[in-house]
Amino acid sequence: MAATRRSNARLRAGGVARLRGLRAARRRAALLRRLAGLIGGVLAASGARAVDLPEDHAEALYHLYNGGGVTAQGPALLVRKSIADKVSLTGTYYVDAVSNASIDVVTTASPYRETRQEFALSGDYVYRDSQITVAASTSHEPDYVANNGSIDVTQEVFGGMTNVSLGFSRGSDRVTKKGSPEFQDHATHWQYRLGATQILTPRWLMSANFEALSDDGFLGSPYRVARVFGAAVPERNPRTRTGRAVKLRLIGDLGNRDAMHLEYRYFRDTWAIKAHTAELGYSRYLGQAWLADAYARYYTQSHALFYSDNAISETTYVSRNRQLSTFNDGSLGAKLSYTVRKIPGRYEVKLNGAYEYTRFKFKDFTDVRTGSLYGYSSSVVQLYVSAIY
Amino acid sequence: MKTRMRPAIALIAASALLGGCSMLPTFKPIEPWVKPYERERLADPIMKLSRDSLPEKHFEHVRDVREAARGATGVQGGGCGCN
Repeated sequence: MAATRRSNARLRAGGVARLRGLRAARRRAALLRRLAGLIGGVLAASGARAVDLPEDHAEALYHLYNGGGVTAQGPALLVRKSIADKVSLTGTYYVDAVSNASIDVVTTASPYRETRQEFALSGDYVYRDSQITVAASTSHEPDYVANNGSIDVTQEVFGGMTNVSLGFSRGSDRVTKKGSPEFQDHATHWQYRLGATQILTPRWLMSANFEALSDDGFLGSPYRVARVFGAAVPERNPRTRTGRAVKLRLIGDLGNRDAMHLEYRYFRDTWAIKAHTAELGYSRYLGQAWLADAYARYYTQSHALFYSDNAISETTYVSRNRQLSTFNDGSLGAKLSYTVRKIPGRYEVKLNGAYEYTRFKFKDFTDVRTGSLYGYSSSVVQLYVSAIY
Repeated sequence: MKTRMRPAIALIAASALLGGCSMLPTFKPIEPWVKPYERERLADPIMKLSRDSLPEKHFEHVRDVREAARGATGVQGGGCGCN
């Protein structure tokens, strides 16, 4: 009798298992059908579309940064022109005239002035739904020369609803030290990026970007000092660093000639730094000629493994670079654009102004002059003319 | 397990090839649900993720030299390694 009950129970259990198996198989089949439909749809929807080259345009900018004893300002120019509707060339010239009396400088060295100049050239080539961008830049300071090359490919798929991108950059820097001709070093940088922009609805779109960054060589400053047992010693940084960054963005039309955007980025690297960045912004047309933007941004990071405000043991690596400390900064920014003249299909000229206020708060970097934790405020001003022609 | 996976792979490959056709109603491809004529609002400059390149480059540089985090900005090309 007991054996019959066990047998019946086994049969029931077997039946339930078979039923579950059947349901699981149906779910798998449904999933496969949806997956196949998606792949087929993506391939079939490419069709005979073609991406357009970026519009010909020019920008002339005056930029100013002022904060923490540093003032950096200068002009920048950009001109983009297409040739035969297949290739678009862009030339950029950028100047940073820096006057540096930052806390590092005033507590361990003398204030200085220097100018950085950067030249960049890039070409975009369009073929069907793809765009290929090849770029090169060179940046010169009296004690630092940086050369960079990059290639990026973007491809529209799924009937133009999705845009995927792949990119690679390699930078090569030569580092020297003023007054020390015997010091000469180098740094190499690699960046690999992958991204996708997706139209979600007729009013909303989002993007996701991933980037892997790898640096090798001299990754500090030959002037900066660290503190060990209260004494100043030259900083010692690892000669390799690898980081990963992921950024998500969402932008939506709110329906009243206004829009909002939301951004989040997570970063971590092999120096044990973890950072979060969040931004929320709002944009609105004011009349026919004005466009206003406002945003709030928050950034926070943890310190590098070898960062120390005042080390109490001798270690292979030690740094008091406050960029590697634990800190956060919050920004409020606004931008205003005024369309001076617009002739649809021919040209458009805009005047623009932007201002950003930022407050930095350091958690483990002290001002050696006062003994209290350091903090400062900064301002960014941008005035520029942009034209589409 | 291998033999069970093979038909599944064949199914995906076949439906991917036949994606554009409507021969098999069960494999109907997922169509782009926002048609080109519905993208007028998305084409407005207010909806651009990146509007002007020089101001963006300036902000990126200002942040790169003060914050440890870099990358995934969605901007093409690499920032200069300058200090």
